[in-house]
Amino acid sequence: MKKFWTSIDWRSYWRKITESRLFFPILALALILLFDLIFVPGFFKIETREGNLYGSLINIVRNGSTVALLAIGMTFVIATGGVDLSVGAVMAIAASVAAIMMNPVIIGVELPPDLMKFIYDPNFTFAPLWQVIIVTLIVSAICGLWNGTLVAYGRIQPMVATLILMYAGRGIAQLITNAVRIQIFYEPYAKIGNGWLILPYSVYIVGFVYLIAWLITRKTAIGLFIESVGINFRSSFFSGIDERKIKLFAYTFCGLCAGVAGIIASSNIRTSDANNIGLTLELDAILAVVIGGTLMEGGRFSLLASIVGGWVIQATSTSMYAIGVPANAVMAIKGVVVIFVILLYSEQVGSLLRRFTRQKEA
Amino acid sequence: MTENSEYLISLEGIYKAFPGVQALENVNFNLKAGEIHGLVGENGAGKSTLIKVITGVERADAGTLSLRGEIIQVRSPQHAQELGISTVYQEINLCPNLTVAENVLIGREPMKLGRIDWQTMNAEAVRILKRLDIEIDVTRPLGEYSVALQQMVAIARSLEITAAEVLILDEPTSSLDSQETENLFQVMRKLKSEGLGIIFISHFIDQVYEITDRITVLRNAKLVGTYNTQYLPHMELIVKMIGRTIGEFDDMSQIKLTSGKRIQEEPLLQAYNLGHTGSIEPFNLELHAGEVLGIAGLLGSGRTETAYLIFGIEKPDQGTLIMDGKEIKHFSPSDSIARGIAFCPEDRKAEGIVDDLTVRENIILAVQANRGWLKNLSRSQQHELADKFIKMLNISTPSADQPVKNLSGGNQQKVILARWLATNPRILILDEPTRGIDVGTKAEIQKLVLELAEEGKACIFISSELEEVLRTSHRIAVLRDKKKIREFSGEVDEQTIMQSIAGSGS
Repeated sequence: MKKFWTSIDWRSYWRKITESRLFFPILALALILLFDLIFVPGFFKIETREGNLYGSLINIVRNGSTVALLAIGMTFVIATGGVDLSVGAVMAIAASVAAIMMNPVIIGVELPPDLMKFIYDPNFTFAPLWQVIIVTLIVSAICGLWNGTLVAYGRIQPMVATLILMYAGRGIAQLITNAVRIQIFYEPYAKIGNGWLILPYSVYIVGFVYLIAWLITRKTAIGLFIESVGINFRSSFFSGIDERKIKLFAYTFCGLCAGVAGIIASSNIRTSDANNIGLTLELDAILAVVIGGTLMEGGRFSLLASIVGGWVIQATSTSMYAIGVPANAVMAIKGVVVIFVILLYSEQVGSLLRRFTRQKEA
Repeated sequence: MTENSEYLISLEGIYKAFPGVQALENVNFNLKAGEIHGLVGENGAGKSTLIKVITGVERADAGTLSLRGEIIQVRSPQHAQELGISTVYQEINLCPNLTVAENVLIGREPMKLGRIDWQTMNAEAVRILKRLDIEIDVTRPLGEYSVALQQMVAIARSLEITAAEVLILDEPTSSLDSQETENLFQVMRKLKSEGLGIIFISHFIDQVYEITDRITVLRNAKLVGTYNTQYLPHMELIVKMIGRTIGEFDDMSQIKLTSGKRIQEEPLLQAYNLGHTGSIEPFNLELHAGEVLGIAGLLGSGRTETAYLIFGIEKPDQGTLIMDGKEIKHFSPSDSIARGIAFCPEDRKAEGIVDDLTVRENIILAVQANRGWLKNLSRSQQHELADKFIKMLNISTPSADQPVKNLSGGNQQKVILARWLATNPRILILDEPTRGIDVGTKAEIQKLVLELAEEGKACIFISSELEEVLRTSHRIAVLRDKKKIREFSGEVDEQTIMQSIAGSGS
């Protein structure tokens, strides 16, 4: 009788694993964590305080949540063959909109005198929280719609089209708040980025947005249309797909994701800092998608792989800070990690890997 | 050449497998200097894979390749070129936006003081093209010239890169007209007399007979045999290729006859003075349910443009189009699909398949697009639809979840056909549906068109092969120079139509 473990077809398992879109991002993440295991004592330690979990790993998913959110939206955009450089600026716009809705006094709105004394009160907000969130998301979606319109109907190259809002966006954010950094005192809003329910709130928010994006790709045909347009827009057009509407959707959804990320970021630092919120995060988001294995020219994509890509970036920074690398050098180290992952995807390394597996089979 | 090698190239016992498919199984092949060797077989027989092994694109799993008697490893296409093996592929790999001269000399531009020496470059290009008796303005972008000329440029280029001894031509004539083909053959004969060994891959049996010295037949990844062209009768070759006798062509005329009786009186589609400035002059056209309307004409005569107008890819700037007695206002592919019109485009790669998507996704694409994004077909519905058409059209693929790019050209064509049949159209427009496809599949597709007509669909069948148009069509419209010239119905012979296409009748 054959032993159990020889009867399993390890080879086909191995092939299935290596061919999965999640393989390389998870491999990269595992290598970084392995590094931490060896060089950073206590990295994996998770503490419980009042039933909530704390530790470096939790910090990675918490701090990585803005990049992960941007990566979800960016995945759709990149899969259509485009790119959205404006997400960082849209985050700033979202933060400004949310801040003035809670505290419009700064920009000269007169409140009834009996309310004025409350503006520094942690329980005071001008507009209720649900209104703040909805209006902020609508404004972010409009930003995305604007990008999508330029790309799909204006036929402007995505990089140029979104560059406009990338520049103008921070200006718009400044205009909204009258160039003032508005402090956020309202505690329920601050909880969004700082609250905990076993895990940080922001982790659940990422999970929720991912679930929505996943349902869109699973329960509607949009996922198929996005991939089809990204791979061959002419064939898609001949098959009756309106490529413009698909692109419009992708950019709008991307703007929406940026809005959610903007709410988390501003809540986190309790201010609407139009100059710094989401700065260079658009590049991190693009990187996350690339690490997740979606090609910049568009086509096949995996949302989960992009999110893991976001974690890879965050884990790299967190690990570098943990071993005492100065902040300026972290950027360089990130570059090294990116090169490593991109090399894994290259044709040459791929064929080397295949040869390696074939030798194992022989 | 040394005495111990009778053969320029000799392959022995070649095996090659791709995930899920055995592409080559114990195949032997050899090529002598100064011969033209035909390589034939159905789609997926292994011709392309064999070529890829010779040119270093793929590595054989087993077997040996020898060049002039010496066993070698071809490491890459570049290495193959260094060894003197040059290839011109089916899809021309040139840059249409660069000039002819740049294309010919790309990567080897003559330099002067660190800059490209344009004068020498252009003169050099002219000299190189002269070898193939081509005289054109080499400073114009390549894309301005016909496909035939681009092909010649590709050949000239591949011959010049190294002193090529072996030239591989993969379906070089599939988009050439007869005069252009004849020119190509002259060039091939000239090169042969210079001592080159040429491998010629083609689906056109007549051309294989006209030009080759020997023929190697592959079927289902296996070698059937190598034969001297002059001793191999036509019929026998076809039987060797498809492994079955062809009665299919015979019962086709029967189907045509019976289906011809059921053509509806009332026209389904009418075009009055429909035209688009610059692409096709205004024409009148009627299409009835149950009929196959053939469109004949040379390359560039406006065949594809006619289809584009009817399907809404180009919006007409004059005239009217009427379907079911109602004038059509909105022209776009999605509107056309909703009306029940389907269009299989000529350029399979650029306008047909979505190569990274699976066979299943490619098949359901148009149906899904027509349903809209909200009414998603479930996985099981998708599989049902895909499996139905894979079976019906005999698409050979390991599974419905295989990326369509892994399939052979003929099977890709069937996938696109499946995409359109799945929408259950009332009007089916087929633009060159059998281009680059083997004899067996060709007959299948032609028969299918007639069967669809018998079911009451209206078909427009566009082809550059007159014989095929005659065999399938109840009525034939002839185009010339972007203009509809004549219409034939009933029995016509090839000669009459040929004259009309050529314009010698008038």
